[in-house]
Amino acid sequence: MASDTPAMAVVHGRSPIFYRRFDRKDDDQHQTHYCPGCGHGIVTKLLAEAIDTLGIQDRTILVSPVGCSVFGYEYLDVGNIQVAHGRGPAVATAVKRSRPDSIVVSYQGDGDLAAIGTAEIVHAANRGETVSVIFVNNAIYGMTGGQMAPTTLLGEKTTTTPRGRDPAVHGYPLKVCELLATLEAPVFLERVALGSNKQIMATGRALRRALENQVHGLGFSLVEVLSPCPTIWGLDPAEAQTFVRETMTRTFPLGNFRDRSASAVPQRLAVTVPDLGELPRILGLGPASGVDGASDTVAPASPVPTADHRIVVAGFGGQGVLLLGEFLAEAGLSAGYHVSWLPSYGPQMRSGTSNCHVRISAVPIDSPVVSRPNVLIALNEPALRKFLPSMEPGGLVLYNADSVPVDCAGSGAGITPIASTAIADRLGSAKVGNVVMLGALLEATGMLPDSALERALHRLVTRERWYELDRAALQAGRAAVRRMTAAPAEPSLAQDPAMG
Amino acid sequence: MEPQLIKGNEAVVKAALLAGCRAYYGYPITPASEIVEMAALYLPEVGGVFVQAESEVAAINMLYGGASAGVRAMTASSGPGISLMQEGFSYLAGAELPCVIVDMMRGGPGLGGIGPEQGDYFQIVKGGGHGCYRNLVLAPASVQELVDLTMLAFELADRYRNPVVVLADGSVGQMMEPVSFPEPRPVPAAPAWAVTGTAATRQNLVSSIHLEPDVLEGHIRALEAKYREAERSEPRWETWRVEDADIVLVGYGIVGRVLRAVVETARRRGIRAGLLRPITLYPFPTRAIRALADSVRDFVVVEMSTGQLVEDVRLAVEGSRPVETYGRVGGNIPTVEEVLQFVERTILVGARVPLEVSPNGQ
Amino acid sequence: MDEARDRGAVAIDRDECKGCGLCVEACPPRVLRLSGELNHCGYHPAEYLGAGCTACGICYYVCPEPGGITVLRRQVA
Repeated sequence: MASDTPAMAVVHGRSPIFYRRFDRKDDDQHQTHYCPGCGHGIVTKLLAEAIDTLGIQDRTILVSPVGCSVFGYEYLDVGNIQVAHGRGPAVATAVKRSRPDSIVVSYQGDGDLAAIGTAEIVHAANRGETVSVIFVNNAIYGMTGGQMAPTTLLGEKTTTTPRGRDPAVHGYPLKVCELLATLEAPVFLERVALGSNKQIMATGRALRRALENQVHGLGFSLVEVLSPCPTIWGLDPAEAQTFVRETMTRTFPLGNFRDRSASAVPQRLAVTVPDLGELPRILGLGPASGVDGASDTVAPASPVPTADHRIVVAGFGGQGVLLLGEFLAEAGLSAGYHVSWLPSYGPQMRSGTSNCHVRISAVPIDSPVVSRPNVLIALNEPALRKFLPSMEPGGLVLYNADSVPVDCAGSGAGITPIASTAIADRLGSAKVGNVVMLGALLEATGMLPDSALERALHRLVTRERWYELDRAALQAGRAAVRRMTAAPAEPSLAQDPAMG
Repeated sequence: MEPQLIKGNEAVVKAALLAGCRAYYGYPITPASEIVEMAALYLPEVGGVFVQAESEVAAINMLYGGASAGVRAMTASSGPGISLMQEGFSYLAGAELPCVIVDMMRGGPGLGGIGPEQGDYFQIVKGGGHGCYRNLVLAPASVQELVDLTMLAFELADRYRNPVVVLADGSVGQMMEPVSFPEPRPVPAAPAWAVTGTAATRQNLVSSIHLEPDVLEGHIRALEAKYREAERSEPRWETWRVEDADIVLVGYGIVGRVLRAVVETARRRGIRAGLLRPITLYPFPTRAIRALADSVRDFVVVEMSTGQLVEDVRLAVEGSRPVETYGRVGGNIPTVEEVLQFVERTILVGARVPLEVSPNGQ
Repeated sequence: MDEARDRGAVAIDRDECKGCGLCVEACPPRVLRLSGELNHCGYHPAEYLGAGCTACGICYYVCPEPGGITVLRRQVA
C-alpha cells in the first residue's frame, strides 16, 4: 500500500477542520449523512479547506440551516449554531454584531434561502452584514423528498410539479445572485458550480474569497453553488454532474455579480463601552437639570390626604394635550402625590383627536384609566362634547373658548371658558395655550403648589425660550381665572392690559 | 435612585440596560413602538447592539443569535408581532437560550385594535409555538413593577436557560408613573455553553434538533424538570385582605390594580372581599390559590379577555369552589364600578353558599 | 506501469466511500475504478489500480466525503 511507503507524503487528505469522528451523529460516525455524489459533501470539504487555509478555525461560527445541510455541525470542528428554516441570516447578523471578531458562515440551501428565508437574506445583504453566506442551489427540495424549489428549472418535474414547472403556474426560477446584485451593500456575489473538476476548483476559490472578505471586515459576501442532487434527480452522480454543467448553467449563468473586495472599506463601527457607573447618567436617571442647570431635588411635600384628582385633557393633536397632562403628573409627583398619566395612542392620535388621563392621588392609584373625571380640560369643542357626559357631577371643566355652547351649559358640571389659544397667541405662540390652561387650572383649584409646577417646568422644558414663554403663559392663565372670579358675567380678556 | 416620572415603554429599556442587556432587535408596533425607539437611542450609547429587524420573524431569530453568542438580549412587540415570533419562541426554548421578550398586549384577533387587552394569555402562558415547552411569564401591574420584573426576567432567563416573557397590556407600556431605578448591574460574562467564536467555545453547539426518539425524549424530560423546578421555586403573587375574605378577586396586570380598589369599595359596602394578583403567570401561583379555596366561598376572575386566566384559576381550585369570570375586551379596562356590580350580582345570584354580609366588612 | 516511478498514490478509505464514482470519472490518468466487492455499508468502494497516479488531487476534491480519499506524493530527496 502506498501510504506505507516512507517516501510518500500526504498532499490532499482529510482536513483537520473536520472532527476526527462524527460523534454528534447517531450512527456511521465515520462518514457524512449525504447521499453518494451529493454536492453538499464537496462544498463542506471546500469550506473546511478555506477555514484551514485562512487559519480561522477557532473564530469560525457555522450557522446550520434546515434542509439537507441541517447537520453541518456534525462535521465541522468550529463553533456551531443550528437554526430555524430560512433564518440563518438573521441569526448570523446578531452573532456577528455582538461578536465582531468571529467569522460567521451561514450555510443555506435553496428552500432555506430562496423561499422561506427570502426576507432574511435580502435584508441581511441590504444591511451589508459582515457575514459569509454559502448558498447551495440544487433546484430541488432534497430532504423533504423532491418538491419544487424556487430555483427549480422550467419544465423540471418534481413531486409538486408533476407535469413540469410551468411559468404560468409556478413562476420562474429565482435568480438569487442577480436579485442581490441590485442592492448597494453586498461586497461579493458569485455563482459557481460543481459540474466539472475546473468548476469545483473555482468554487473553492470563491468560498475562500467570501471568508477572506470577512476576515478583512469587508461586509456581505455570498457564493451561490450550483450543486448536484443525484438521488432526487434520479441520475447517477456522473450524470448529475453533467446536468449541473450543461443544463443548470443555462438558467443560472456562472460568474461574478459583484466584487468590491479590492475597494471596499472595513465597516466595523467603533464601539465605546462606558463604565458601569456612567449608566445612570447616560440613561438620564440622575437628578434632572433644567435650563439653568440647577438640580430639581424634591422639597419636602405635604400632600392633601383626601386628594383624588381624576383629570381628562382632550383636544386636537398639536395643542399640547399630552404635554399638559405630563406637566400635571410631573408636578403632582413633585408635590408628593401618587400620579399616573395615560395617553390615547396610535392612529387616532395622528388623525386629529388626542387625549390623556391623569390621576393625582394621595393614595396608590388603582387604575390609570379615568372613566369618571372630576376635572376636564377641553381644548376644543369636540373634546368638550365627547367627555362632558362622563363628568362627575360638580366636577370642573375648563374649556378653550370665549363662551360655553348653550346646549352644554346645563350639564351639571361647572364649565369655565378660558380662551387659552387666544391668550397664547397674544403671548407670541399658540403652542403655549396648554400652559395657559395649566395656569387656569391651578388658579381655579389650587390642587398643586407653585413650587411643584416650577419643578415640572424645570424638568420638562429644556429650552430657554420656551421656559420663559411657559412661565408667562402660566401667569396669564392664572390671571384669566382671577378676572373671571372678579367679573364672572362677561369676561373680556382682550381688555386686559397684561395681555395687550 | 430618586423617583422619576417615566413612560412604561421607555422604562423597560432602561431597566433592561441596567440588568446588563446589551442587544436589542425589534420591529415597531403600536403600542410597543417606543421600546424599539428607546433601544435605538440607548443601546449604542452603552456599547450594545441594536438592529431594526425586517420583521418580527427576523427579530426573534436575531434574539436566538444574540443569545447563542452569550449576550443578554431582548425584543419586544405586541399581539400580531408576537404571533409572528412563535416559531422563534419554540426554538429558543428548545435550544435552551436565555432571553427576554416583552409583549405589550393589544386587542385581537387579527389586526384587532391597539387598545390594551390581555388576550395573549393563552399564546404566551400556554405556549403559542410547537412542542413541549413553556415560557416563564411575568405580569407587571405598574411601571415600577415593569422595571423590577424586566430586571428579574434576565436573571430568571439565565437561571433556567429559557425565554422569559414580560406580559403586560398596552396601558402599562403607554402610561407614565413614578419609578425608582436600581443601580446598574454588571454585564455578566458569556456563559460557558455560548458560541462566541473563540478557541474555548469552539466545541459548543446550540441546537434544538434531536432526531433519535429516545434522545429527544430525554431532552424534553430535562426541559420538563426545569419547569417543575420553576414551579417549586418561582411562583410570585400578591394578596390583599384575603385573610377573612368570602370572595377573592383574581386578576393580573393593570386589572389587579382595579381589583384592589374594588376590594376597598366592596369592604365599605360590607362585602368581605380580597384580592390575589398573580405576578408570575407561568409558573402559576396554583398552590396559593388552592390554599385560599379552603377558606373562601367564591372566586371572581377579572381579566381583559373573554376567559383565559380563569382556566388556570379553575385548575387550581380543582372544582372545590365556584369560579366566576368577568372580562372586558377590545381595549376597554374594567372599571371599579362595573366589577363591583358583578361582584354584588355574584353574591346574590351566583354564590352556592349563602353569604353573610356584615354591615361593616372592614 | 512502474509504481516506483509514479509521482503519487491514492489511499481510499473503503468504509467511508459510498461508491458514487465521481473520482473514477474525474481521474485524468484514469487509475481509479469501483471495486467489485462491497464495503460494510453495501457500496462498491473506489479503489486505486496501484500505479500511474500523478498526485494531481482532483479525485480528492470531487469526493464528497471528508476522508474518503487521501492523495500522496513522492517526496523529492
